Amino acid sequence: MSDLILEVKGLKVSFATKAGSVNAIRGVDLELPRGKTLAIVGESGSGKSVTAKAIMGILSSNGAIDSGEILFTPKGEGTLSLEKLSKKQFRKTVNGTLISMVFQDPMTSLDPTMSIGKQIIEGILAHQKVSRAEANRQAVELLRLVEIAEPEKRMKNYPHQLSGGMRQRVVIAIAISNSPQLLICDEPTTALDVTIQAKILDIIRSIQESMGISTIYITHDLGVVANVADFVAVMYAGKIVEKGTADEVFYDPRHPYTWGLLSAMPSIDVKEEELYTIPGSPPSLIGEVIGDAFAPRNAYSLNIDSRIEPPMFKVSQTHSAATWLLHESAPKIGPPKALAERLEIMRRRNG
Amino acid sequence: MQAEFKENDFELSGKDILADHADFASEPIWKDILYRFYKRKINIVCLSVILFVIFMAIVGPYLSGRTYEAQIIEHQNLAPRVQGLEKLGIFDGSEKIHYSNGTSAKVNKYRARDDLSNVYYWFGTDVLGRDIFTRVWMGARISLYIAFVAVIIDIAFGLTYGLVSGFVGGAIDSVMQRTVEIINGIPNLIIVTLLIIALKPGLFTITLALMLTGWIGMSRIARAQALRIKEMEYLLASRSLGARAVRLIFVEILPNTIGQIITNMMFSIPNAIFTEAFLAFIGLGVPLPMASLGSLIADAFKSLTTHPYMISFPVGVLVLLMLSFNILADGLRDAFDPTMKER
Amino acid sequence: MAKYIAKRSALAVATLIAIILLLFLLLELMPGSPFNIDKVPFDTRAMIMEHYGLDRPVMERFAKYLANMLKGDFGISYSLSKKTPITALLAIRLPVSIRLGVQAVLLGTIFGLALGMAAAIWHGKAMDTIATVVSVLGVSLPSYVFALTLSYFAGFRFQLAPMLYQASSPIYSSVLPTISLSMFTIATVARFTRTELLEILGSDYMLFAESKGISGAALFFRHALRNALIPIITVLAPLIVALMTGSLVVERIFSIPGIGSLLVSAIQANDYNVIIALSFIYSAMYIFIMLVLDILYGIIDPRIRITKEGE
Repeated sequence: MSDLILEVKGLKVSFATKAGSVNAIRGVDLELPRGKTLAIVGESGSGKSVTAKAIMGILSSNGAIDSGEILFTPKGEGTLSLEKLSKKQFRKTVNGTLISMVFQDPMTSLDPTMSIGKQIIEGILAHQKVSRAEANRQAVELLRLVEIAEPEKRMKNYPHQLSGGMRQRVVIAIAISNSPQLLICDEPTTALDVTIQAKILDIIRSIQESMGISTIYITHDLGVVANVADFVAVMYAGKIVEKGTADEVFYDPRHPYTWGLLSAMPSIDVKEEELYTIPGSPPSLIGEVIGDAFAPRNAYSLNIDSRIEPPMFKVSQTHSAATWLLHESAPKIGPPKALAERLEIMRRRNG
Repeated sequence: MQAEFKENDFELSGKDILADHADFASEPIWKDILYRFYKRKINIVCLSVILFVIFMAIVGPYLSGRTYEAQIIEHQNLAPRVQGLEKLGIFDGSEKIHYSNGTSAKVNKYRARDDLSNVYYWFGTDVLGRDIFTRVWMGARISLYIAFVAVIIDIAFGLTYGLVSGFVGGAIDSVMQRTVEIINGIPNLIIVTLLIIALKPGLFTITLALMLTGWIGMSRIARAQALRIKEMEYLLASRSLGARAVRLIFVEILPNTIGQIITNMMFSIPNAIFTEAFLAFIGLGVPLPMASLGSLIADAFKSLTTHPYMISFPVGVLVLLMLSFNILADGLRDAFDPTMKER
Repeated sequence: MAKYIAKRSALAVATLIAIILLLFLLLELMPGSPFNIDKVPFDTRAMIMEHYGLDRPVMERFAKYLANMLKGDFGISYSLSKKTPITALLAIRLPVSIRLGVQAVLLGTIFGLALGMAAAIWHGKAMDTIATVVSVLGVSLPSYVFALTLSYFAGFRFQLAPMLYQASSPIYSSVLPTISLSMFTIATVARFTRTELLEILGSDYMLFAESKGISGAALFFRHALRNALIPIITVLAPLIVALMTGSLVVERIFSIPGIGSLLVSAIQANDYNVIIALSFIYSAMYIFIMLVLDILYGIIDPRIRITKEGE
């Protein structure tokens, strides 16, 4: 675990709004070993996208990093403190060339008035000193890499002429056009048809392997996580509540919120009507949160949850969770019975 | 930080978590809209201005004890004079006459003549010696009547036309929409001008002119909303989504529809007032000696450089009305649909 | 695209014919029109009828009328400027009005764009408030309120610019009318640019462009402004209408010898031929501009330009 490409320490992000300051990220620690894949999982509003945008340096103008560090170590180079970079430095030296991002909705992430060829070339020319013809050649090559048929012809197309799946491929092509070392995929398949989702994930994975890119997936879909992630971090109300290797979080979840997420995951063993949903909705993050933010929705909440926020309890070297249930004095409570059975089945099936 | 734990800290709190979320049920939508409306202070200001103008349009013409048409030749071109205020040096009946060579002189006709020492014209008099105060509020009456007409037209023609076109659909919809396109292709200015020339200028003709042109915008909105509701009904029938879809129609679609219709209605009011004022200015307004804000302005324009006070009062009231109705319409739109808000 | 243009053109022609029909009917039925001659003795009437071809069937008369209108033959002015062919009046006055309109559109667009851009860039700051106030005033108030105010204060009291139009210095003496006429354009363009830009600045494709390393002027002009300006064509239609109505009063207030003031004079003098000719001119210009805007919109926006393929 020594060669970390990304390490986030105590990150806090807030947004100034008319209703008050929204503490969207309330202290996040993350680490990503080089070449590995980390999945950040959570409901919408949990702060997972904000975390990604903070790493990308594209927080909206009313948002700011209040404290914490984002340490990025490119291959064979010194460590950069991303949170200290100016916007200009960020665009010039980091965006696109060291870290790239694939957005959730391919229908809206491409400029509707510019041909896709131009949009790819624009990214290449922003970072490489090459001729337009060379950029053009590279762009065609990239389209071929993301498995778009007749790439020369497609170059002249506008986004509205392409299907959702095709557009997401173009977005991926743009994201990898300057061989970044870290790729952040923000719900890359949520807006797509189920049939295309697997294909897009496949493309990302094969590119990641062939180019040796480290990846962060932002998702609410645990199905995606199971297939692609080495590590999983579960976010709730601006904090990481459980993190570990994919196996640990999947087969030995400790946080009641993770239990809820896993129970809500559709599977072949459970009929859709019986699918569990976590009651209620995430808390407002305006002002301070007192105690455990998840407590109001937690069937296993303890009395202490209403007073003191639980710290991270270590379960193993790589696995930890923020719930008082792991305290030595707490009653020994495991995942709900239905979930425990499901996990058992899954564990056996996957060996 | 985890210094002292209480004795029962590690007991399950055992509360009914679902009960806790009963209060998540959303506020009634109308309350939300009213709240958003009242929160913007300028809305209240504009509403008060409009109510004030309405009030003055009702009682204003009777306050000075003079009728709008009475001409007193000896009282022509008198500057505004108000009891009380005159002691402060304003509205004391004096006016500055500016000459084109840049010099000016202060004149007070009330003081110059004995018979005027106890005469007060709050807004002054016009070239025929008529009381501008009474005439301005009579003019405001016309403008408000026009505003009322605009609303009625929106509902009677625009809304009906659009709803019929949208709900009936098919060939009828096509014909109705081509008709709208053609009418919309002719500038309103021309339709209105020609109509008024063909008929006799007057309140009835202006009303008719507004009827011919004022409903197009509303009919489009009504049609679009009708199509949306139709689609929702279709969803309801085909998928029997049950209570959820019914709720969607009543909580989201309908308030949105009503919101758009009310907003559009509000915007058509200043448009109608403007149309009347415009027509009056080019000489197609209400016949003399009736006064509308537009005809007062057109009249006073002739004395713009000599007696600017004459034009300032009708222009002032017109500006107040136009601004208030426009800002109020903006505010209503934002209150009904906060997502539409221009940030 | 060709089909789209053909469809729009057909509708424009249909509208124009509808207008001519309307004008024709009006002329036939109008009280006091030269053809409405109930008071004239019978034989004189017959003579006049024959002379003007009024004894011919309605359809034939309409066809002749249509042909004359399209040829630009509007007859002569009766009362305003006796026996002058209307075409001659138009030849002098139309260019003045068009120049004033173009000046106002140019001024309004440039200032409106600048104001809207400044408001979006400094969103929530003083600049934004200024832009909002200007937009509300410009959109709410009729252009003659500005014309009267400018004419009195800037023209008469402080003599910053000529109060009346002088043919000898057509640009300088049209400063005040141009500003008055352009207020609505400034307000509309500023409001529109601001709203569009704010929406676009927060859009996914702007974020994505940033995330690939585009910044500064390239980001603003290449991605934001381009996308903001395409739909601006949709607000140009009400602008044209406002300019036409505005020109009537503004030309009158500043004594500009254009077709706007001519129409007002004709209305006041009941000069039907002139009114009808100008109604036709105004309508034709309006329809033509709308057609051009429609087609332009199709050309600029790739979403309309290219029909869907490759789905």
